[in-house]
Amino acid sequence: MDVRTLFDRLFPQGHDIAFEGAFFSGTGRGPGDAPLAVLGTIDKTPISAALAHRMATEVLRVVREHPGRPFLLLVDTSGQALSRRDELLGINGYMAHLAKCLEVARRRGHRILGLVYAEAVSGGFLASSLLSDACYALPEAEIRVMNLPAMSRVTKIPLARLEALSAQSPVFAPGVENYRRMGAITEVWDGDLAHHLAQALAAPLLGDPRAALGEARGGRQLAHLVANRVRRDAI
Amino acid sequence: MSRSYYEASARERVALLLDPGSFQELLPPSARMMSPHLKELDTPAAFDDGIVVGRGRMEGRAVLVAAQEGGFIGGAVGEVHGAKLKGLLERALDERPAGVLLLVESGGVRLHEANAGLIAVSEIMRAVLRVRGEGIPVLVLDGGKYGCFGGMGIVSRLCDAVIMSEEGRLALSGPEVIETTKGVEEFDARDRALVWRTMGGKHRYLLGEATSLVEDDVDAFRAEALALLGREPDLSLEAIEAEHAFLGERLRRFGDCPDALDIWASLGIERPEWLPVLDTPTFLATVRGKRA
Repeated sequence: MDVRTLFDRLFPQGHDIAFEGAFFSGTGRGPGDAPLAVLGTIDKTPISAALAHRMATEVLRVVREHPGRPFLLLVDTSGQALSRRDELLGINGYMAHLAKCLEVARRRGHRILGLVYAEAVSGGFLASSLLSDACYALPEAEIRVMNLPAMSRVTKIPLARLEALSAQSPVFAPGVENYRRMGAITEVWDGDLAHHLAQALAAPLLGDPRAALGEARGGRQLAHLVANRVRRDAI
Repeated sequence: MSRSYYEASARERVALLLDPGSFQELLPPSARMMSPHLKELDTPAAFDDGIVVGRGRMEGRAVLVAAQEGGFIGGAVGEVHGAKLKGLLERALDERPAGVLLLVESGGVRLHEANAGLIAVSEIMRAVLRVRGEGIPVLVLDGGKYGCFGGMGIVSRLCDAVIMSEEGRLALSGPEVIETTKGVEEFDARDRALVWRTMGGKHRYLLGEATSLVEDDVDAFRAEALALLGREPDLSLEAIEAEHAFLGERLRRFGDCPDALDIWASLGIERPEWLPVLDTPTFLATVRGKRA
């Protein structure tokens, strides 16, 4: 979905969002006219050190100027920027910094929502929507770590084998539905997006329920069990 | 007798870092908590899924510790591996130890169980921040053969301190991944000197990505971890704004530097080309007062 169409459907009461290259930020008028802080990217933008820092600037600005305002992350990304220069500058530190900024916002009462509207891949996803209190997705969105041919090269497992397995296992195959089954996507938003947004803003906050969701939905059988045993087993 | 951290296995590191005999493992190999996904791919599994977690003491102080074993699929994070680490961090919320030590050695997300690994890394990120928010420091030790890459490279920088040796590596995309995707002109993964001066401990220390640089010696890592255990986590808005300014300044100062040597020169180091060959004490003396 084109991002401007997305804005109109999410915020039928209006929005004021400005573009700066592939980055955008601004305000959307949510349910009851309550403002939401919106930030994100378009065009499958790789998240570089500089872009992670730019996003962090916006998060900190909202925290300072609009205490408690909810965030909506709309990041369209093909993953982390792959470059020698980014690694030289410590891109992982910039990704972590953005995560810390969102955590500071969370701890100060900002609700953080993510909506995967186009593409979400590995490092770029880790540093954005996967950090939200609840991450949603449009049905046509794409979520993945790496495509199957590349995965086949790295793991040396034949492509045909991976393709066969991905038909039955959500662990290997890309796709919104697999991430929903594994608990990372709270719900797929179809139809009235403003209505979904209103519901998401009113939903109770549950900490990080993803492992329990993944177990209940049958997508991740062991994550919740193993974490609980390590947390609670007597030694 | 000194003992190389680089050469040691995950279990050896845990045994040598903690007070003798104090380590108690959670979900030990006898629990046989293995990845269900590797089996389906006919890939050999391990009884501990490549990570050792538990509790012990350091000079009598209670700590929780997790050690990744690079010898098993490069220390990569799958569903079980990641859940063990997340569970350990959550245990810290109940036990309130003096600190949590993460002995990282990882290529990042385990591609054999890609989606579950990616989500697990994200859960670990949230858990680290929660533990720190509760006032419990999380320390990273990075000096193993396999370095620390991918999602674990992000996790490391969420923690209170990163202790590295010169031999450690800390990055997001590994050299092979960049070379495969962007070409050898972008990154020549076989150029070991380039890899180490871009991602290795000395550069990360100079840049301020690593808190401390120690010699490749388990006792040196232990001494530094003990010194940093008392550190109070600070997730205040003021602390994050200070980090924001620091990282912004780095982009401005070094954003156009093509190579680590250029960064080191602009830090005022007179003969930057010599830094890679200096031993750790000489290196630390040479760069004193010149870190970013």
